[in-house]
Amino acid sequence: MTEVKEEKARIGAPSIAGFTEEGESLSPAPAAAGPLGGDASKSHSHGGGYGIPDSSRAGRLTSYRLADFPELKGTEEEWRFTPLRRLGGLHKDGLDGAAPGVAVDAPQQVRVETVGRDDSRIGSAGIPEDRVSANAWEHFAEATVITVPSGAQLEDRILVTMTGNGLAAAAQHVVLIAEADARAVVVLNHQGQAVVSENVEIVVGDRAELTVVSLQEWSDDSVHLSSQQVKVGRDAKVKHVAISLGGSVVRLTPTVRFAQPGGEAEIFGLYFADAGQHLEHRTFVDHAQPNCVSNVLYKGALQGKDARTVWVGDVLIQKQAEGTDSYEKNQNLVLTDGCRADSVPNLEIETGLIEGAGHASATGRFDDEHLFYLMARGIPEDVARRLVVRGFLNEIIQKIGVPAIEEHLTEAVERELDAGDN
Amino acid sequence: MSTLEIKDLHVSIETEQGVKEILKGVTLTVKTGETHAIMGPNGSGKSTLASTIAGHPRYTVTSGSITLDGEDVLAMSVDERARAGLFLAMQYPVEVPGVTMTNFLRTAKTAIDGKAPAIRTWTKEVKEAMAQLRIDADFAQRNVNEGFSGGEKKRVEILQLELFKPKFAILDETDSGLDVDALKVVSEGVNRAHAAGNMGTLLITHYTRILRYIKPEFVHVFVDGKIAEQGGPELADRLEEEGYDRYLAGAGSAVQA
Repeated sequence: MTEVKEEKARIGAPSIAGFTEEGESLSPAPAAAGPLGGDASKSHSHGGGYGIPDSSRAGRLTSYRLADFPELKGTEEEWRFTPLRRLGGLHKDGLDGAAPGVAVDAPQQVRVETVGRDDSRIGSAGIPEDRVSANAWEHFAEATVITVPSGAQLEDRILVTMTGNGLAAAAQHVVLIAEADARAVVVLNHQGQAVVSENVEIVVGDRAELTVVSLQEWSDDSVHLSSQQVKVGRDAKVKHVAISLGGSVVRLTPTVRFAQPGGEAEIFGLYFADAGQHLEHRTFVDHAQPNCVSNVLYKGALQGKDARTVWVGDVLIQKQAEGTDSYEKNQNLVLTDGCRADSVPNLEIETGLIEGAGHASATGRFDDEHLFYLMARGIPEDVARRLVVRGFLNEIIQKIGVPAIEEHLTEAVERELDAGDN
Repeated sequence: MSTLEIKDLHVSIETEQGVKEILKGVTLTVKTGETHAIMGPNGSGKSTLASTIAGHPRYTVTSGSITLDGEDVLAMSVDERARAGLFLAMQYPVEVPGVTMTNFLRTAKTAIDGKAPAIRTWTKEVKEAMAQLRIDADFAQRNVNEGFSGGEKKRVEILQLELFKPKFAILDETDSGLDVDALKVVSEGVNRAHAAGNMGTLLITHYTRILRYIKPEFVHVFVDGKIAEQGGPELADRLEEEGYDRYLAGAGSAVQA
């Protein structure tokens, strides 16, 4: 050992306490406990806990209780891009409005239940990671639990339609469970007019394959904050697709946590912001287990005055997550003046023994030179613009793998483009 | 038989220092079957002429005219000019995100012809044209010019020239940045398009190198926004020997130092 130290010293490597050759030595995060227990929350409140720097995603405060989260100022790292004034009180008021109505269209094998707060399955995928999510957790009246039984292989998608009917701030809770070896596609279709904070818990059982498409097509004055936490079992596969088109403020925080080794996650997103819209997506992939694969791809288009998008992609590869292969990428296409796209990839790696960890971000303009090039080949201006946007967003649409949804989205993108022409 | 006629063309651009006149009265007529080389030192206005014919918004025509078979080209939008039969092979082709070559070529061809090309013959035609220009088949699935090298971009410009079959091709320094092999391949493409017999060519170049492969009938020398001299192919030979110094000296330029 002495020899090694001398060797390091000789080549000028600094000796830093707490570091090994594999990286920083961090204490493991406290284990999760029961969901609604009064005191249980305290043990989860480990923001900046021992050995975890405040800036690390591992140090993020998690709790079921609103009171554990300080009131928001808007300067917090995870809220600094969000227009708090436009949240309709989701971050501070009691959420007593009627939750959007839930209608489920599912094949027969699927169990659909409406349950009370004390149901044991609530809290099975995750603990709220922010104040708005905790507020919803404290206020939801009943939850919808959808279970795909063990081994079921569903041909048809499960369509869950959430229809909002007013602007009174509300809380919603949905639990999706794909039991071991099950295979299914779930579409969460958010529509109507709503101000809602939503928690979606998604449990993917061992070797199960689950696709979840969260589609946001709210009215222009709606506010939707949604924490979607995915817990991935052994050798399980999950595909999570966020599609945000309609709403005044939409802020989705999909978190994928590998609970067992061998999991695979594809995390895709598509957003199209028009004038005045704020569409924010914060993905988090927690590689807490070895030999898991994750791939994040979010693409967005912006057009019109004060169209605003935010993508923050956190990937944490924990010390024990050897053999991890992860990649994340965000691309934005700015179509007009007056838009703003923020894109922040964050990669934390605590072990060097991984297959790969990459990130990329690019925000480009569809500018006069592109337009000139296409028009100089005889293509009229409106066709040129559509050609570029369609091609750009198609990459995500084609990955969904549900023909009905793909068709619907292709049409929805055309409508967005029509709106841009006016 | 078509005629592209440029008469006493004056063109200016906006700069930080104010409006600057680049073309100071250019008159030139190109007919189907003819190849005209436009040569001249950097900054003489060659590329400005090319971009102005195509309708780039940066250039303002202050006086003069451009007509195609009597039709007023200056009154047409950029896409209308292309559909009327004008093609500009660009000096710096831009990368267009999100649009595959296949999709782009078909969309442009449809726009130019006013109807979609027959799928089977079109696919075959594209493949053959790509092979002749030594463009890898997998380029068809890549986004327009995205990640292409300088030489690849120029080949793709000539690919479009061959597929779109314009009445007049304006090649804006297509030879710059090409190695000898690429220059040959690209020149062969232009010569094929020319040999089809329905095209006139305006070849803009700084160097005489490309004229070994593409033979112009007419050579025009641009200096300071005007045609300083014109003649036959022998003028190009003379430029090869003497360079542009003689014109610059005449214009009282200090470039000699």
